[in-house]
Amino acid sequence: MTLELSLNQQPAHLRQGSSIGQPLTRRDGFLKVTGAARYAADNHPPGMLYAVLAVSSIARGRVALLDVEAAKAHAGVVEVMTPENRPPLATDPDAKNNPFMFRLDLLQNDHIRYPNQTIAVVIAETLEAATEGAALLSPRYEAQPARVGLDGAESFVPGGVGIGSPAVHHKGDVEAGLKSAATRIEATYETPAQYHNAMEPHAIVAAWDGDSLSIDTPSQGLAMAQGRIAGLFGIAPENIHIRSPFLGGGFGSKGMISGPQVLGILAARLVGRPVKLVLRREQMYGPVGHRAPTRQTLRMGMDSEGRLTAIGHHARTASSTFDDFFEPAADASHTLYASPAIATSHEAVRLDTGTPLFMRAPGEATGSIALESAIDEAAAACGMDPLEFRQRNYAEVEPMTGKPFSSKALRECYTQASERFGWQRRPLQPRQMPDKDGFLTGWGIGTATFPAIMFQAEARAVLRADGSGLMETGAQDMGQGAWTAFAQIAADGLGLDIDQVDFRAGSSDLPNAGIAGGSGHTATAGMAIHNAGAAVITRLADLATRHEASPLFGAGNEGVLARGGRLYRRDDESRSESYGEILARAGLAEIDGRGTGTPDSASREAYAMHAHGAVFAEVKVDPDFGQIRVTRLVGAFAAGRVINPRLVRSQYYGGMIWGVSFALHEEAVTDRRSGRIQNANLAEYHIPVNADVPSVAALLVHEDDPYVNALGIKGVGEIGITGTAGAVANAVWHATGVRPRRFPIRIEDLLG
Amino acid sequence: MTSLPLTLTINGHRHELEVDPRVTLLDLLRERLELTGTKKGCDRGQCGACTVLVDGKRINSCLALAVSHDGAKVLTIEGVSHGEDLHPVQAAFIAHDGFQCGFCTPGQIMSTLGLIAEAQAGDDPERIREGMSGNLCRCAAYGGIVEAVLEAQEQLAKADRRTAA
Repeated sequence: MTLELSLNQQPAHLRQGSSIGQPLTRRDGFLKVTGAARYAADNHPPGMLYAVLAVSSIARGRVALLDVEAAKAHAGVVEVMTPENRPPLATDPDAKNNPFMFRLDLLQNDHIRYPNQTIAVVIAETLEAATEGAALLSPRYEAQPARVGLDGAESFVPGGVGIGSPAVHHKGDVEAGLKSAATRIEATYETPAQYHNAMEPHAIVAAWDGDSLSIDTPSQGLAMAQGRIAGLFGIAPENIHIRSPFLGGGFGSKGMISGPQVLGILAARLVGRPVKLVLRREQMYGPVGHRAPTRQTLRMGMDSEGRLTAIGHHARTASSTFDDFFEPAADASHTLYASPAIATSHEAVRLDTGTPLFMRAPGEATGSIALESAIDEAAAACGMDPLEFRQRNYAEVEPMTGKPFSSKALRECYTQASERFGWQRRPLQPRQMPDKDGFLTGWGIGTATFPAIMFQAEARAVLRADGSGLMETGAQDMGQGAWTAFAQIAADGLGLDIDQVDFRAGSSDLPNAGIAGGSGHTATAGMAIHNAGAAVITRLADLATRHEASPLFGAGNEGVLARGGRLYRRDDESRSESYGEILARAGLAEIDGRGTGTPDSASREAYAMHAHGAVFAEVKVDPDFGQIRVTRLVGAFAAGRVINPRLVRSQYYGGMIWGVSFALHEEAVTDRRSGRIQNANLAEYHIPVNADVPSVAALLVHEDDPYVNALGIKGVGEIGITGTAGAVANAVWHATGVRPRRFPIRIEDLLG
Repeated sequence: MTSLPLTLTINGHRHELEVDPRVTLLDLLRERLELTGTKKGCDRGQCGACTVLVDGKRINSCLALAVSHDGAKVLTIEGVSHGEDLHPVQAAFIAHDGFQCGFCTPGQIMSTLGLIAEAQAGDDPERIREGMSGNLCRCAAYGGIVEAVLEAQEQLAKADRRTAA
């Protein structure tokens, strides 16, 4: 999709011949501040109808009765889609053939396996008629008892956690390590179910033309969504065009196409007209994924100098009754602290809930808050400052595998963040810092980490005779700044000023940019862009260096460099030629080149690749009422090369505030009797508001990494939440002397 | 459903409408008038994405039945800039990176215009944070939003002083 991106004019910035590293403001900023950025639900093709879901109010059982006639009799209602008349699918929505494929509820029968599962879709001329039609269905159920909570069913050891990680890992002898320890701690922490709650509800506008399908829907993985829809409907992927220029947030919930999005396509099929289907906020608590609850037990042993002798980390979690996603919480202990013995394990129960999914730092966030809390308890048990304790147990190699790190500037993160925060003035004992208003002040630390993941991506680059360039890749911008950061990488790859580059993304008819997830999009699609730029420059250089009329004749491909729309001889920069001159002489309007972004398997075999950070938190707690306020957060992060420091800082801020939210705010509460979520709305499911977050600083620590990829990019999208959540919990302990063991931290837990 | 007559002046343009009484101001803007800059995040007045100015005051348009505002003047995000010339609030949101995904941004900007007009927060960041807390941002661009409000207020005050002088 070509967007008429109006480039804003400020602020002035130094280019120094490179776009990468510059703090450009967002290239999509003008569209977003004027309301012109078009999100999926903003589309309105001619003849469009509105579809509204009717969803289950029970957690388990079957639909006994739906008053379809009453709904259809309502003025404006065109059709009601139920299992009786839902158009056929080419494949069973309960079939799956890869770990990134999840079972979908597409009205395949009358069974109910979680609350808010779709039981019918009402399609009408207006949104109001469809909404009222859905209410008129007045469903009757045959309900069965709901299985709720981490003790609600028999547990088992899953075949794998996350995507294909074994449920059990160990190195060394943890029991022996604990036995020989001078000091030991053991503690159990609970984390709740959380829901992504992107501001933009999942939405789709679908239109069929014969067997071709046109879709506007938010997607973090366009090619994967296209493939899934193609499989379900038995049509060729190239007959499906998905546009997703802007996502109103994703956080993992828009990684895979969800059931309701496919139901929008089915509704359009049924009525033979374009259909818009938008989830209501409460309908997002079920079919579009969530972060599963965990109960984690940490055991640690320390020698007389505060060195870890053993780490045991066990996590109990939950999936749905019908599909597998197991939060890999205990794996957080693989990478951060040196110990001769480490054992991690998982068990799980199956509950009457929608299937949990990837949610910003899946496993890392849940695991981090437990690990960082336990590390703090261990430091306190040893009578050590918690920063000193972390430095004493600094991992020089990846603890679980013994691999060297491709780069690790965590020491610098500790130093820079602690100096900025003023950590050295921290008293060791808790409850030592009442402020002038009588609030208990506490300071806490957490270490942040996230793996440097890469997927697969492709890009196509074009140079034109008018001196401009084009870069195409189906990248997805969910707020991280893809429209800007990728244009910066494209500009450098093409040797052009960024204003000369037309960047196209956000559409499935462009080269596959892979997934915007796992904090790996900038590295993966960025490398594809970088390589596509190199490929087209190589072709251009060929044209010049082989032509006698060119001042570059004879230089050879290696002998030229591209900058500012010209090729220069490396050995004599007075000899150069513009792209336009080279193409004009060759009689070409344009030339193109393609590139891929892919992880280098050899270096990934040899090195452990992670971003790191250190986060310091200050909280103030009312000694009488237990109310907690975070007053200050300072984080320092080292995540390889930074493409755009302005956007990266915003990612860190956002992640850190998610960490605050994890520690103090977010929790989905399930009614134990009905299995329904009691707070499926934005008033009662708490996320931070502006007043919850007074002061956040994120320091960017320089880090060169020659191994992760040629651009040296690790990824910044998820690391901020790790470390921060634990830092807040540890600050609460330092303020009050009460060690939080369940999250979010509740007032009643502090009042004892 | 019997339609009712309704007259609204939206972004300076007068609209004579016949509207189903169930239609909210938000759905009227988005689904009938193609003013889709105003967003629906919760439809319950909990997130603020649908904030618009009605007769100069910020409201959640999802909680307002359109027909109950007959005769009102409505300002939406589409009416804030003058073509390519951004309003100082809009420019400040870009300069301070007061958004990421952008979905809550129209509501944040309309709420900022309302807040500045209310003239209760002054330049106290604490009061600005409080006054902007009806607008959720899941990307949590809150720091940039507060900076943007402060800078926009300053720019607007300077412009006022120039006009006065």
